[in-house]
Amino acid sequence: MQKLVLSLVAIFSFTLFSMAQDGYKVGDNIKDFSLQNIDGKNVSLADYKDSKGFIITFTCNHCPYAMAYEDRILALNKKYAKAGYPVIAINPNDAIQYPEDNFEAMQVRSKEKKFNFPYLYDESQNIAKQFGATKTPHVFIVQKAGDKLVVKYIGAIDDNWEKAADVKEKYAESAIDALLAGKPVATTSTKAIGCSIKWKK
Amino acid sequence: MNYYRHLLFIILCILFSTVSFAQTNVPVFDLSQYQNRVLQKNDTLYVVNFWATWCKPCVEELPLFQTATIAYKDKPVKIILVSQDAKSRVFGVEQFIKMRKYTAECFLLSAGNPNIWIEKIEPKWSGTIPATILYKNGENVNFQEGDFADQKALEDFIHSKL
Repeated sequence: MQKLVLSLVAIFSFTLFSMAQDGYKVGDNIKDFSLQNIDGKNVSLADYKDSKGFIITFTCNHCPYAMAYEDRILALNKKYAKAGYPVIAINPNDAIQYPEDNFEAMQVRSKEKKFNFPYLYDESQNIAKQFGATKTPHVFIVQKAGDKLVVKYIGAIDDNWEKAADVKEKYAESAIDALLAGKPVATTSTKAIGCSIKWKK
Repeated sequence: MNYYRHLLFIILCILFSTVSFAQTNVPVFDLSQYQNRVLQKNDTLYVVNFWATWCKPCVEELPLFQTATIAYKDKPVKIILVSQDAKSRVFGVEQFIKMRKYTAECFLLSAGNPNIWIEKIEPKWSGTIPATILYKNGENVNFQEGDFADQKALEDFIHSKL
């Protein structure tokens, strides 16, 4: 009996663990959130009444991959915000382990790079966990369907972080172009090398 | 006389630094070179750690791999550090290894589109570093994404397939 209870507990905790690890998959409906922007105001997806969807990007200040992509994230917002897919950037890193990712540093970085999109601070790290984000940068493209927000693409912005000029596959752009054209997304998830999100200890 | 002695000393210094620099050579590998290196049928356990000079948790756990390099010197265990730095930064990686006197084999992997090569190397890997893979007799036999807590954690991981 004791063994049975133990194994049930084990199975249950394993399930909980894997649920927490998994996060959203392509096709899942996401829950809205409310996070503080660098201007001190909170931002929710519900604030964007006219958008068709979002380019939700987990990123940060310190990571060289994230830095390499800053200009490309700016360009994505410039190109697609008007078309209905604005960028929402979220920094989920633990500021105790990475002071260069704290709120004040986010404000500085945003000003330096003239971010044209909200840069939100996921201080509790709950939103990154909810999404199943593991690294920076890590992109989730969602599309509005009635009152639902459906995940359409998860992964990298493109296939070459080192050199924007050598990019062959613009995964994020292709996904949004397909959504805007009412077509299915060809590549719905990709892998990329990234800085692991620094979880609180 | 004193002048010449100084000059000789400077020349010796330059020579010495060139020689010791030449000792830390970090080659750049593509995917097939990587696979040729780690997939070998020789009963050696290859402990392959993916890291980068700017990755804080990676850099913090490198001393564990250096300790293991010495501890397993006489065992069929080969520690390999695979740098994920940009190809243009290979000189920086060489300097990094040299300054810290790391003796493990090190190369830089520049394998093109990560969406293709990460999947080929380890389908379970989301692509974050640090990550460590064990290879034995031409097969990937164990994998960990994330850093090791301490020396024992790394040793336990190595012993899982030794």
